[in-house]
Amino acid sequence: MPELTAEIDRLCLTIEIGEMPVRVHTTDPFFLNLLQDRYAGFVNSSEHAEIDLDVEIAPPGSGDPDAPVHVTCQRGRWTLQRGDFFAEWEPASRHGWIRQTANPYSIDAVLRIVHTLVLATEGGFLLHAASAIRNGKAFLFAGVSEAGKTTISRLAPPDVTLLTDEISYVRRQGIGYVAFGTPFTGELAKLGENVSAPIAALYLLAKGDENRIDSIAPGDAARSFLANVLFFAKDEELVQATFHSTFEFISRVPVFRLTFVPDARVWELIG
Amino acid sequence: MSKLYIARSPRVAARSLGGEMMIMSGRDSTLFTLNQTASILWRAADGFTPLEEIVQQKICSEFEVDPAEALQDAETLARELAGHQILQISEQPIPPPGASGEAR
Repeated sequence: MPELTAEIDRLCLTIEIGEMPVRVHTTDPFFLNLLQDRYAGFVNSSEHAEIDLDVEIAPPGSGDPDAPVHVTCQRGRWTLQRGDFFAEWEPASRHGWIRQTANPYSIDAVLRIVHTLVLATEGGFLLHAASAIRNGKAFLFAGVSEAGKTTISRLAPPDVTLLTDEISYVRRQGIGYVAFGTPFTGELAKLGENVSAPIAALYLLAKGDENRIDSIAPGDAARSFLANVLFFAKDEELVQATFHSTFEFISRVPVFRLTFVPDARVWELIG
Repeated sequence: MSKLYIARSPRVAARSLGGEMMIMSGRDSTLFTLNQTASILWRAADGFTPLEEIVQQKICSEFEVDPAEALQDAETLARELAGHQILQISEQPIPPPGASGEAR
């Protein structure tokens, strides 16, 4: 039945972030279009997927997106819950299920959580950091809200490729680490480029009255890094894995304090 | 006075970096940085060496302190770390778990 096949094909798409293709299945064409717009540049029609997510659309108006997130695991099955969605994720089958309204924010949160869960087992992580590529090398700019992630992204000169102004995607590859572009945006509201590069340095952002790069004690680097790692799950094994991954990263990637004034000259220090 | 035994909790992850011992609770992700004395206790907390012996061998030999006072301080510190579930504390030797939380 070719018609049926065509309809099924039309109602799934693959969102590939960090070279991890996630195929989303839905019966709602409006939601599919919404995802295509939201993840433009990260959507493809690849047959290959590492993760499959079925989305069940709930009636409008249900749930509070500002409610706290709960991520728990029982007998190998993760439950992800916030006011505006309920999801389950089974790593063994690489399959998940989401119930949410037709909006891009709920699935965005689920994608972030699922990516952190998968990355935690591989030595990678999502980090509260802007990131960008210059001269073939990636640079991360970490900091909490108001630290300057969006500002430094906005100040980037034309030869810089922006990966994200908000959430950096880091995977371990060989003896080093690679940063990938993400569609997870901050105030800049601009999707990152879907490209990647080896990470050359991590800068901890601080606003000041001059542009300056300072070395930082390893312990301070680790504490700052840990404060910026996105991790949602209450799971001892994964918490311990992420903790050790942090120290592996710190031991392999140079970490500095970058103090900057909000003008483009700060980029003279980068790259 | 009965002997006290201390053991590293298997429910934490620990790393030494730049001379600092950092420990994260697997239960609630709280991060602790141990001071010098606490680091000594942590490293020596094998579950079968009495605290008194640890203090004599690792603390009194390192610092000029009164042994009785050092033991009292160490016991207070050990109970505090146990309160954070970083250490296990018992009046009996503590059998080792399957694996320690410390990677190196």
